[in-house]
Amino acid sequence: MQEWFRQIAEDFSQTFIEEDRWMQFLKGLGITLEVAFLALVLGLVIGIIIAMIRSAHDQRRSQKKGPGTVILNIANGICVVYLTVIRGTPMMVQLLIMYFVIFASSQNQVLIAVLAFGINSGAYVAEIVRSGIMSVDAGQMEAGRSLGLNYRQTMRSIVIPQAFKNALPALGNEMITLLKDTSLVTVIGLKDLTKTAMTVQSRTYEALMPFVGIAVVYLVIVMILAKVLSIVERRLRTGDKR
Amino acid sequence: MISVKNLEKTFGDHKVLNGITETIEKGEKVVVIGPSGSGKSTFLRCLNLLEEPTGGSIIFEGTDITDPKTDIDKLRQKMGMVFQQFNLFPHLTVKDNIKLAPVKLKLMTDAQADKKAMELLERIGLPDKANAYPKQLSGGQQQRIAIARALAMNPDVMLFDEPTSALDPEMVGEVLQLMKELADEGMTMVVVTHEMGFAREVATRVLFIDQGVIAEQNNPKDFFEHPTHPRLKEFLSKVL
Repeated sequence: MQEWFRQIAEDFSQTFIEEDRWMQFLKGLGITLEVAFLALVLGLVIGIIIAMIRSAHDQRRSQKKGPGTVILNIANGICVVYLTVIRGTPMMVQLLIMYFVIFASSQNQVLIAVLAFGINSGAYVAEIVRSGIMSVDAGQMEAGRSLGLNYRQTMRSIVIPQAFKNALPALGNEMITLLKDTSLVTVIGLKDLTKTAMTVQSRTYEALMPFVGIAVVYLVIVMILAKVLSIVERRLRTGDKR
Repeated sequence: MISVKNLEKTFGDHKVLNGITETIEKGEKVVVIGPSGSGKSTFLRCLNLLEEPTGGSIIFEGTDITDPKTDIDKLRQKMGMVFQQFNLFPHLTVKDNIKLAPVKLKLMTDAQADKKAMELLERIGLPDKANAYPKQLSGGQQQRIAIARALAMNPDVMLFDEPTSALDPEMVGEVLQLMKELADEGMTMVVVTHEMGFAREVATRVLFIDQGVIAEQNNPKDFFEHPTHPRLKEFLSKVL
C-alpha cells in the first residue's frame, strides 16, 4: 500500500513538478480557454445573426414581393447552405481543411482554431436560438406590434429576451461541448491542454497522471460553467414564479 | 373614424371575409357576434393589419392602412388591441408591461410613463400589483392589465378580440365591468365577443357576421328582439 502511494507521488511529481511541467500545463490550459472563449463569442455572433435572418424569413407573412423579400430569400438560402455543410461534416475535418487548405500559408494556429470552432459552433447556436425564438408564443409578437412597436423593436424588447431564456439550457450544452471539443486542436499542432498532456507523456512514458490530470481539469471547468449557467437561468426565471 | 370597403381575406383556398363594408364612427361601441369560424376575429384583426387583407380597403382617420406606403406602426399606436389570451409580456413586471411601448416609442419619458402606469393601475384597482409578474396573477387581473397596457398609448379606438373567452366564469364580470366603464367614458370600441349581455347593455350597434359577410346589423334592442335573418334567428336561439 505504502509502495503504491510512493509510486503515485513519484508519478505526480514527474508529470507536474519536474522541469516545471505544471507551467506547460498552465500554458496549455490558457490556450484551451482562449480558443474556447473566442470561438464561443464568434459562434454566438454568427448564430444570432443567422437565427434572426432565418426567423425573419419564416415569419414573414406578407405575400408582397419587393427588394427586401429578394434579399431575405438570398440571405436565407446562404444560411441554409452554411448550416447544412457545417452540421454535415465532422468538426475535425473542418479543422484540417481550415488549417491545411484555406489557411495553408498561415501559422497562426490560435486564430485558425478560433475561426474553425467559431464557425462550427455558430451553426449549432443558430438553430438553438431559432428554436428559442419559435418557442415564444406568436401572440407576443402580435401584442408588441399592436402597441405600435415595429418588428425590430418587438424582437429586441419582447421576443429575444424570452427566446434567450428558453434557449439557455441548450445554449449551455453547446458551450460545454465547444469547450471539450477544443481538444481537437491537437491535430493542427496547437499546444492546448490535451497536446501538453500528450507531450509530457511522450517524455515521461507515464500516461495515467497527465491524462487523468487534464480530464480532472476539463471536468472542473465544465462544472464551474454549469454552475454559472444555472445561476443565470435562475435569475432569468423571475417572471415564472406563480 | 374607421371605414371598411369591400374587405376580403383569403387563407389559401379558404375565403374567410367575403366583402365587408362598414363604417364605424367616433364614440360608437360596435359589438360583433357570430358563430365560430364566421370571420369575426379575422375582421377585427384586419382593422389593425395583424391580418393583411387580400382585397378591399380600410381607411382609419383618413389614411388608407392597406396602402403599402402607410406607416402602420404609427397608426397602430392609435388603435389599442386586447387579445383573448391577454398576451402580457411574461418577462416584465406589470408596470413595465404598461410602460414598455410609450417609453420605447419615445412618447413619454420614463417618469411620465411611470406616473401614467400607476394612474392606470389605480383605475383598474390593481396598484398593489405594479411589481408583480403576469403569471402571478389571475386571468381576470391579467386581462385588466392588458387593457391598461393598451390604454397607456392613449388610443382613439380599442379593439377587443374575445376578451373574456379565456377566462374562468367568475372573472368575466370584472373585465366586462372595466370595458363598460371605458364605454361610458366615450371610448370608441369594436368588440368581438360571445357575451350577449354585454352586447345588449353596452353596444350602440351589433353586427352579426356569418360566412364572411355582415348578415345583419341593428341597434341592440331590435337586434335581439326582432332578428330577421334566418341564420341570426337560429344563432340567437342557441346562445340566448
